[in-house]
Amino acid sequence: MTFDARTIAKDFPILDRTIRDGKRLVYLDSGATSQKPNVVIDAESDFYRLHNAAVHRGAHQLAEEATDAYEGARSIVAKFLNAEVDEIIFTKSATESLNLVAYAMGNAQLGNRFHLKAGDSIVVTEMEHHANLIPWQQLAARTGATLKWFGVTAEGRLDLSTLDLMIDENTKVVALTHQSNVLGTINPLDAITRRAHSVGAVVVLDACQSVPHMKVDVKALDIDFLAFSGHKAVGPTGVGIFWGRAELLAELPPFLTGGSMIENVTMESATWAAAPRKFEAGVPNMAQAVGLGAALTYLTKIGMENIHRHELELTRYLLNGLSEIANLRIIGPTTTDNRGGVISFTLGDIHPHDLGQFLDSQGIAVRTGHHCAWPLTRKLGVPATTRASVYLYNTIEDLDALISGVHGAQKYFGR
Amino acid sequence: MQLDNLYQEVILDHYKNPQHKKLSPTYDAQVHHINPSCGDEITLNVTLDGDLVKDVSWDGVGCSISQASVSILTDLLIGKNLAGAQEIADSFMHLMQSKGTEKGDEELLEDAVALAGVSQYPARIKCALLGWMAFKDASVQALAKQD
Repeated sequence: MTFDARTIAKDFPILDRTIRDGKRLVYLDSGATSQKPNVVIDAESDFYRLHNAAVHRGAHQLAEEATDAYEGARSIVAKFLNAEVDEIIFTKSATESLNLVAYAMGNAQLGNRFHLKAGDSIVVTEMEHHANLIPWQQLAARTGATLKWFGVTAEGRLDLSTLDLMIDENTKVVALTHQSNVLGTINPLDAITRRAHSVGAVVVLDACQSVPHMKVDVKALDIDFLAFSGHKAVGPTGVGIFWGRAELLAELPPFLTGGSMIENVTMESATWAAAPRKFEAGVPNMAQAVGLGAALTYLTKIGMENIHRHELELTRYLLNGLSEIANLRIIGPTTTDNRGGVISFTLGDIHPHDLGQFLDSQGIAVRTGHHCAWPLTRKLGVPATTRASVYLYNTIEDLDALISGVHGAQKYFGR
Repeated sequence: MQLDNLYQEVILDHYKNPQHKKLSPTYDAQVHHINPSCGDEITLNVTLDGDLVKDVSWDGVGCSISQASVSILTDLLIGKNLAGAQEIADSFMHLMQSKGTEKGDEELLEDAVALAGVSQYPARIKCALLGWMAFKDASVQALAKQD
């Protein structure tokens, strides 16, 4: 199938609307959340219209249909990640997924491989989103473990020169992002996973910015846990994925307890169902899970390689275009080597909020601020940046609009 | 252009030439406020003389709206008594919540009425209020010190 972003954009009804008095919507904020194609909107609403019932319970046809749809979505996610079906856990968000694994480790008693104590270390990086930093800060604080982190170089790459010192025999967890939501940097995982596994640590990957944009194969990456959110992958809000290796999920204690996640319950105690149920207490977000299934089916049909290639082209074009603008500084790698389609920049004395506001007046949606990665933006000496992020429905025309919008802002605020 | 309602000349003037943007060496109270949604930060000093706002000085980073707003605040409030400063602050906060339906009392708010357009942009109201919330906090602390 030939890839045509203009045709793809027709699947997304919101891209037809206008902004601020009739301006064409130029949506360059997919790194925050992606827009939704009709097939996803329909799948979610059809679930409510036709199949709604509590899954895994009830002796009636609707309950069967709801369970089939929900478990069908789990199979789609598993196939998408090259994982086993029972390794896929539905959460409400990637943030919940990361908290799940951090809290679950905190629940591990002495003797469990995930048990943490003073002297152990948790390793993160300086480019983490708050969602993959604070849960680990908190886990360290609760258990007495030490939090350590890889620094970021001026070019926006991980400084792995201290790899063997950073990850040592005391390291239990290495948690890092696959692709930075600020810099666009795609982190090299091979050396990190090899070192982590050689000391018996597990690797937790925040894949929010990678899974929607490129082929992510959990087996090929040789990681242990992964989190991503549905809404960044043309899926609904309110659904995230937590993936873990089967043998690790078997040993990991539960996080939330309650209905559905049990094997047996007495007044005194309870035992747990096997994964994935062990980690899905309560009636789940069924319609959203089904919507996510439709989203990943849609992306698969278009082809993740095609999407990735298209985004690389857009990224190259935008990096070139932006680099010709006076006083514009790109925050992150300036080439497309190991880099995805989120591009942050500063523009001289024009504050990102003001630039974002001007672009909005032209119908262009970008993100401004610290992008929930405050330690990183502080380290880079930029309190805030403007961030454009591209996806499968964006075109060169969108990028030309942004470039001309940036010129317009310079003129407007230079008056 | 509708954007001109937001970015009036007087705002851009204050942004380019911020008033009292140099922290005084002495003060009765110093506060540090942050806008966590965008990373804007301000440090603000208040010096009182009885119930007179003797000096307000500040330093910080932020967008033109937040920087101009605090610059205008210093021009307006220095030399007022606390009751007068409070009346101005209340009137300004009311204006910010007016969703574009009010122009603001020019007698009372002077240059600050230029920020009336901010009230049409919900995401920017916090920018405009950053310095005002810092002043409110600092003046309460400075007053408490007098007791």
